[in-house]
Amino acid sequence: MAATSDTHSHDHGDHAHDHDHKPGFVQRWLFSTNHKDIGTLYLIFAVVAGSLGGILSEIMRAQLQFPNNHIVTEGQEWNTIITSHGLLMIFFSVMPALIGGFGNWFIPLMIGAPDMAFPRLNNVSFWLLPPAFVLICIGLVMGESGSGWTLYPPLSNATYEAGMGMDCTLFALHLAGVSSLLGSMNFIVTIFNMRAPGMTLHKMPLFIWSELVTAFLLVLAVPVLAGAITMLICDRNFGTSFFDPAGGGDPVLFQHLFWFFGHPEVYIMILPGFGIISHVISTFSKKAIFGYLGMVYAMVGIGVVGFVVWAHHMYLSGIDVDTRAYFMGATLVIAVPTGIKIFSWIATMWGGSIEFKTPMLFAIGFLFVFTIGGVTGVVLANAGIDEMLHNTYYVIAHFHYVLSLGAVFSIFAGFYYWIGKMSGRPYPEFWGKVHFWLTFIGVNLTFFPQHFLGLSGMPRRYPDYPAAFAGWNYVSSLGAYVSGLAFLVFLYVCFRTFTSKERVADNYWGEGATTLEWTQTSPPAFHTYSEMPRIS
Amino acid sequence: MRTVKRLLALVAGFIFTFSAAPFALAQSVVGAPHPWEMGMQHSYGPIKERIIDLHNLVLAIITVITVFVAGLLVWVMVRYNARRNPVPSRTSHNTILEIAWTVIPVLILVVIAIPSFRLIYYQDRTPDPDMTIKVTAHQWYWEYQYPDQGNIDIESRIVHDEDLKPGQLRLLDVDNQLVIPVGKKIRILTNSTDVIHSFFIPSFGVQRYAIPGRTIETWMEADRIGTFYGECNQICGQDHSRMPISVKVVSEADFKAWTVEAKKSASVAQLPKIASN
Repeated sequence: MAATSDTHSHDHGDHAHDHDHKPGFVQRWLFSTNHKDIGTLYLIFAVVAGSLGGILSEIMRAQLQFPNNHIVTEGQEWNTIITSHGLLMIFFSVMPALIGGFGNWFIPLMIGAPDMAFPRLNNVSFWLLPPAFVLICIGLVMGESGSGWTLYPPLSNATYEAGMGMDCTLFALHLAGVSSLLGSMNFIVTIFNMRAPGMTLHKMPLFIWSELVTAFLLVLAVPVLAGAITMLICDRNFGTSFFDPAGGGDPVLFQHLFWFFGHPEVYIMILPGFGIISHVISTFSKKAIFGYLGMVYAMVGIGVVGFVVWAHHMYLSGIDVDTRAYFMGATLVIAVPTGIKIFSWIATMWGGSIEFKTPMLFAIGFLFVFTIGGVTGVVLANAGIDEMLHNTYYVIAHFHYVLSLGAVFSIFAGFYYWIGKMSGRPYPEFWGKVHFWLTFIGVNLTFFPQHFLGLSGMPRRYPDYPAAFAGWNYVSSLGAYVSGLAFLVFLYVCFRTFTSKERVADNYWGEGATTLEWTQTSPPAFHTYSEMPRIS
Repeated sequence: MRTVKRLLALVAGFIFTFSAAPFALAQSVVGAPHPWEMGMQHSYGPIKERIIDLHNLVLAIITVITVFVAGLLVWVMVRYNARRNPVPSRTSHNTILEIAWTVIPVLILVVIAIPSFRLIYYQDRTPDPDMTIKVTAHQWYWEYQYPDQGNIDIESRIVHDEDLKPGQLRLLDVDNQLVIPVGKKIRILTNSTDVIHSFFIPSFGVQRYAIPGRTIETWMEADRIGTFYGECNQICGQDHSRMPISVKVVSEADFKAWTVEAKKSASVAQLPKIASN
């Protein structure tokens, strides 16, 4: 794609002296309306929340390293840790990084827009997150939100989780939900209205498509979660009984509402990753993406089908066998568009001229771990087999392969791919590769043995387990320590990058990088595209 | 001569093995997880057998797919790296290929789906149960009722670490086991009085949530005499990991004798329970 200047632009374009004028610190970072600054805030926030979630997972693996361990002594304490770990990683780390972070940074840059459609709304959607994060931390510190991230009543109602901590956790989700809703509306409006002339929907970069589909999923799914937790808050505090059978309510109703949100949510977390991986693979293979239209409609298909499979999380909740049969069939169908994407990525690499820079390593690592996570998803889709695997470590292994490995690998791929563009400085290639290999070995060592534990019947959310499960738990914990070390290397990479004296070129990846952001300087000017680019 | 002798020994070995099989059936077994186990727990019931069969099929398919994808990845990395292939091709479409990788996965899924649908209807519930057991979950113990045997009511709680006897399994053994006869179809009705729990016995291939306010039906059958362990498998609060399930499978005669014994003490056992309510 070639970009040319649009001459009837009203401002004075690059010639203006105040072109790159940045406001003062408070004005710039607290009242920010600039998509790049807000994106940066989101990314920093994701790293902070991810670090806390990561510390919790190290505590969990330390406790589970041996049976009858006493790092976490109380079951309630344990349950609060696992709940906070899940919510932090999902709502405060993966989503802010992939959607708020990379989305804000690169949607305007890639479609040739000067900023998001609603810059102030963008500011609000970020600043709703820190208070939500504080509320989650209150729930964690008070040790009163031990329901699991799925929040199933009756365990999450006032009888069994009596304290204020649980309410804090629920309000945190409300705030995070509103934040996501405002952000996704902004994305949709921006993508539909502010594309550079000539960029039709079918010419839009895949990352933009992935963010668009994600934004639609959020707009449709989050209100359902908001309704469910509002009802739960009412049950807890105002004497209603939506989910209390003693008052004519139904605990299974909550599960339906939760998973109607919860299943699209897992695609919300992985779709932007799909977009990033597409760009990385295309760039480092020096080839256009293979089967562009197939890739686009596979994502749209995943988004649509993702809404009609929710009860596969509820096979054991006493839903009718015919219902289970339907949800099983629908769930299996998702494997088809996912397969299309995997094969298209490989076909993009096929015939390419591949360079193994750190982002590409993470992208290839993504293909491998996402395939494993995908095929174990096919196993779990079978309601009959799920009767043995439901709630076991097999499920933990499966969703960590697609999220903790898949989505997180895509975040790292995006980080290494764009950090030069965002900061203007190169990352240290050697330490990037060390980071990749340590992460790859660490996470596989952590999560692969959990398949065995799950097949063998080890239930999730257990702080202590029978002696027979000791062996693989020990291996898994060792893997977690390696992954923790890898994260420290990542922090070191960040440190080296931001203190680097070197500067990178506008398009430091060369001929493979063809999207619009590479036509801008590195880092891009505070205000970009004061003259409209044209797509020919 | 030596080979003939070896062959004879082999045949004798086979005969011995197969003649020992009926004895093995009557012998008491233990259904529990094993150290370093990499697959599903051993099957001790018809449902679990079918689950394992289907899982083996799916496992084979996904292993082939994973190896295939990994092989392709290795191939493109080796063959199409920048050193061996400095000039990238310009291909970005191949309609036949794209149709193939859509249709072939569909066919594979059909191969999985057919036995899978059969399995869920088989394991859902049984049309002709021999007896019924009502499983009621509590924070944090199980209660088993036998409506067909004069409403025997058992409360089953974990054996705490300090009370463990030699040979008992930590976090698995309980004070009062669920007792069932071998080879009988047993209808399970789960329910809960507080939060959601899950009744999970890997050896028999059975698991259902226990949800307050609704009764969920399923069934199970044990094909061997012995002791079988399971655990609560849905987060239920403080002692989620301390409400295991232990099942004692006995012969029909032993079961009858047990019901008589249990009924005698039943009226006594019920008194403190009513008082505590």
